[in-house]
Amino acid sequence: MSVDGQSVTGPQDSTDPAARGGAPALRRAVIVGGNRIPFARSGGAYTKSSNQDMLTAALDGLIARFGLQDERIGEVAAGAVLKHSRDFNLTREAVLGSALSPETPAYDLQQACATGLETVLGLANKIKLGQIDSGIAGGVDSASDAPIAVSEGLREVLLDLNRAKTLPQRLQVLSRLRPKDLAPDAPGTGEPRTGLSMGEHQALTTAQWNISRAAQDEIAYNSHRNLAAAYDAGFFDDLLTPYRGLSRDSNLRVDTTPEKLATLKPVFGKNLGAEATMTAGNSTPLTDGASTVLLASEAWADAHDLPKLASVVDGEAAAVDFVHGKDGLLMAPAFAVPRLLARNGLTLEDFDFFEIHEAFAATVLSTLAAWEDEEFGKSRLGLDGAFGIIDRAKLNVNGSSLAAGHPFAATGGRIAATLAKMLHAKGTVDGRPARGLISVCAAGGQGVVAILEAL
Amino acid sequence: MTDKYTQLVSQGLGRNIARKLGLPQPALLRRYTPGEALISGPILIQGSTAAADQLAATLLSWDLDVRRHAVPREKLGAIILVLDELASPEDLEKPVLSVASSLRDLAPSGRFITLSRPADGSGTPSVAAARQGVDGFLRSVAKELRAGATANGILLPEGVAATSPSALAALRFFLSGRSAFVDGQFLTVSTADGQLPSDFDKPLAGKVAVVTGAARGIGAAIARTLHRDGATLVLVDIPAAGDHLAAVANEVHGTALQLDIAREDAGQRIIDHAIQRHGRLDVVVHNAGITRDKLLANMDHSRWNSVLNVNISAQLRINDALLASEHFRDSPRIVSVASTSGIAGNRGQTNYAASKAGVMGMVSATASLLSARGGTINAVAPGFIETEMTARIPFAVREVGRRLNSLQQGGQPTDVAEAIAFLASDGAGGINGAVLRVCGQNLVGA
Repeated sequence: MSVDGQSVTGPQDSTDPAARGGAPALRRAVIVGGNRIPFARSGGAYTKSSNQDMLTAALDGLIARFGLQDERIGEVAAGAVLKHSRDFNLTREAVLGSALSPETPAYDLQQACATGLETVLGLANKIKLGQIDSGIAGGVDSASDAPIAVSEGLREVLLDLNRAKTLPQRLQVLSRLRPKDLAPDAPGTGEPRTGLSMGEHQALTTAQWNISRAAQDEIAYNSHRNLAAAYDAGFFDDLLTPYRGLSRDSNLRVDTTPEKLATLKPVFGKNLGAEATMTAGNSTPLTDGASTVLLASEAWADAHDLPKLASVVDGEAAAVDFVHGKDGLLMAPAFAVPRLLARNGLTLEDFDFFEIHEAFAATVLSTLAAWEDEEFGKSRLGLDGAFGIIDRAKLNVNGSSLAAGHPFAATGGRIAATLAKMLHAKGTVDGRPARGLISVCAAGGQGVVAILEAL
Repeated sequence: MTDKYTQLVSQGLGRNIARKLGLPQPALLRRYTPGEALISGPILIQGSTAAADQLAATLLSWDLDVRRHAVPREKLGAIILVLDELASPEDLEKPVLSVASSLRDLAPSGRFITLSRPADGSGTPSVAAARQGVDGFLRSVAKELRAGATANGILLPEGVAATSPSALAALRFFLSGRSAFVDGQFLTVSTADGQLPSDFDKPLAGKVAVVTGAARGIGAAIARTLHRDGATLVLVDIPAAGDHLAAVANEVHGTALQLDIAREDAGQRIIDHAIQRHGRLDVVVHNAGITRDKLLANMDHSRWNSVLNVNISAQLRINDALLASEHFRDSPRIVSVASTSGIAGNRGQTNYAASKAGVMGMVSATASLLSARGGTINAVAPGFIETEMTARIPFAVREVGRRLNSLQQGGQPTDVAEAIAFLASDGAGGINGAVLRVCGQNLVGA
């Protein structure tokens, strides 16, 4: 039954109606594939591109890859962290500008750097519940085309001017304007409650966990080396569509070495008393870019002859009290992962790949250090001892944010699609599907983590 | 679309000035749009053989306006000259002179088509002389025609009837606007195989076709033309061209496969993609190609190698994978893009010409491998085509390149695409191992 071309019978492969009385058996939500545009250092190739331009490009590449032209997708969810007021309906506008059916609904989401992963989890849950059969998750950010707010003084004058009815009234309102009101409020990465930038926050945590400069530089070096190798192997051929003359992430330094990284001057934590170890080389730069992930029920993927790479097993969010210094700003995943694994009866040893977002190399290392720390395990996680150790050979094996860059909301989609492809290629391990863990920290002391499993 | 000079001299003051100065006056060519009549104006069929009668009956059954005798000063859409029973050079005179006076009545973008037997060395010297005579005759007629009219020939070996599917398909191709830039060429119908489509406007309906190098230029035109003819498309190009590829894929409702065809596993990846996404694979168009022009004296290893590798070695590897695949068995079609450079040679293009000549050699040797499974492989050799690549040629050289053919203009990417779409269709099932030039009868390589 259809009205105006749209099905009104709900999801085509909804769960057994008999099960509706009780809790319906959950369906699997699978990742079909993904597409992103290469990430560009801010002020570079995408300086003139808006969030909407980039998200539309990432969508159109996905549509072309999977032949989704004129397809009505169940829902598209995406978001941006740095968002203009004109972008109030960013994702829907990007859908309208894409080759998808204009009858595809869309919504925006914002959870800082966890935005992309949260859209994956949200849509996967809707698919599992049978509310939708297909979804596109994503995210976009431009640090180049960032919104600039006018000063509070100018804003008040402009609003009053709009309300003024006569010319004398208008002139009177304008006369209140002072030169200082004309200076814009540029966006910063400072936390509103502490005034500290993310890097300075991480520097506190870095010092707290005694993370060495050499260990950070090693993480950064591996990120570049692994990402470059993945490009050379053609790994990104079906994960990425060029945009504005870029066909690789512009932040990638193919020729970087630990020696070169060691020469860089520290930029964060210079006033902490402890040795400053965080440099531009082991911290992610401001980046522009967009990513998308195609999610579906198994039946929808089969009906559309599309691949099924991995299933979205479960996800968890956590937040920490960084305001009062109880935990570091970016340490929420250290709590989210143990909760998620406990719920699923898994340990760190049950995973074949770990994708820990490299907000800073020190973030990854602080998280690992916390998990390896007995005291932290006992007092903060309520365990008998340390949470566990990660096999470094399974960590960010195709590179991560330090090399690729980190357009805040686009990072989750990049990781989810990359990991799904890696898991599918891996297949099974000891008779069970290959398993991957995603961990993304976010501003506001938050973190979102997820488990994917190979199909 | 058409170059500025051609637009200028095709009407009004520009036309008068060009005429007075004796400048070339290229015509605006009639090109195919779906649903239009095959040809405007009556078709005169000349020739006194049984084949001529059968052909006239078939064309009448297509509701075409057929004449067996010329009516003086009646504008003709096409002239078909059936010469399938020539026994000696003397036999040419009567039929040839019977159409001579009708040439003036040929409408703009009209068609002159011969049907004859190839001089394949099997008959007597006298028969061979007569048959080969058609070759020189037709190529000369093509040079006499004006106003966008073209002359082409269909060669039918003994045993292949003038009304066999591929003979009729070739005839329709030559009559239609699809062959706008094909001039002075012969197409050999080697077998009676092939099947005319149920819908002549959708001859590729139900087919899944792969086009390499589809992100821009001729490749994008091929994608659009195959889509228009009903095919489902897999579009391949190097990852670095993925944004253009995505735009074309979204336009023609196909799927984009970012893949460097020079990779060892390219063939298998193409097959896997087509089978998983579309359930079958019927047509592969080898269009991807590169140029790295240099005089041989300055040629280095990388320029030579990259051109040979992409333009011919990659095609050979992909064909091996296709021929080994169980999914490429249902009257499959391969069409390769060669080049007139591969026929005539071109200064500074030793590598490119070698690769494109290689394509023609590959096609002729692969034909029997494909016919064993009911398939065909053919090549199209474009001449001067208006593309981003030819737009970079210096102005004067470009102008000369454009005018040195019987139609006095460059071809459009769509002209190459039309020839490929025709060779990919079921109707062309009896045409195998052929090289069809789309060059407006370029003087180079004739």
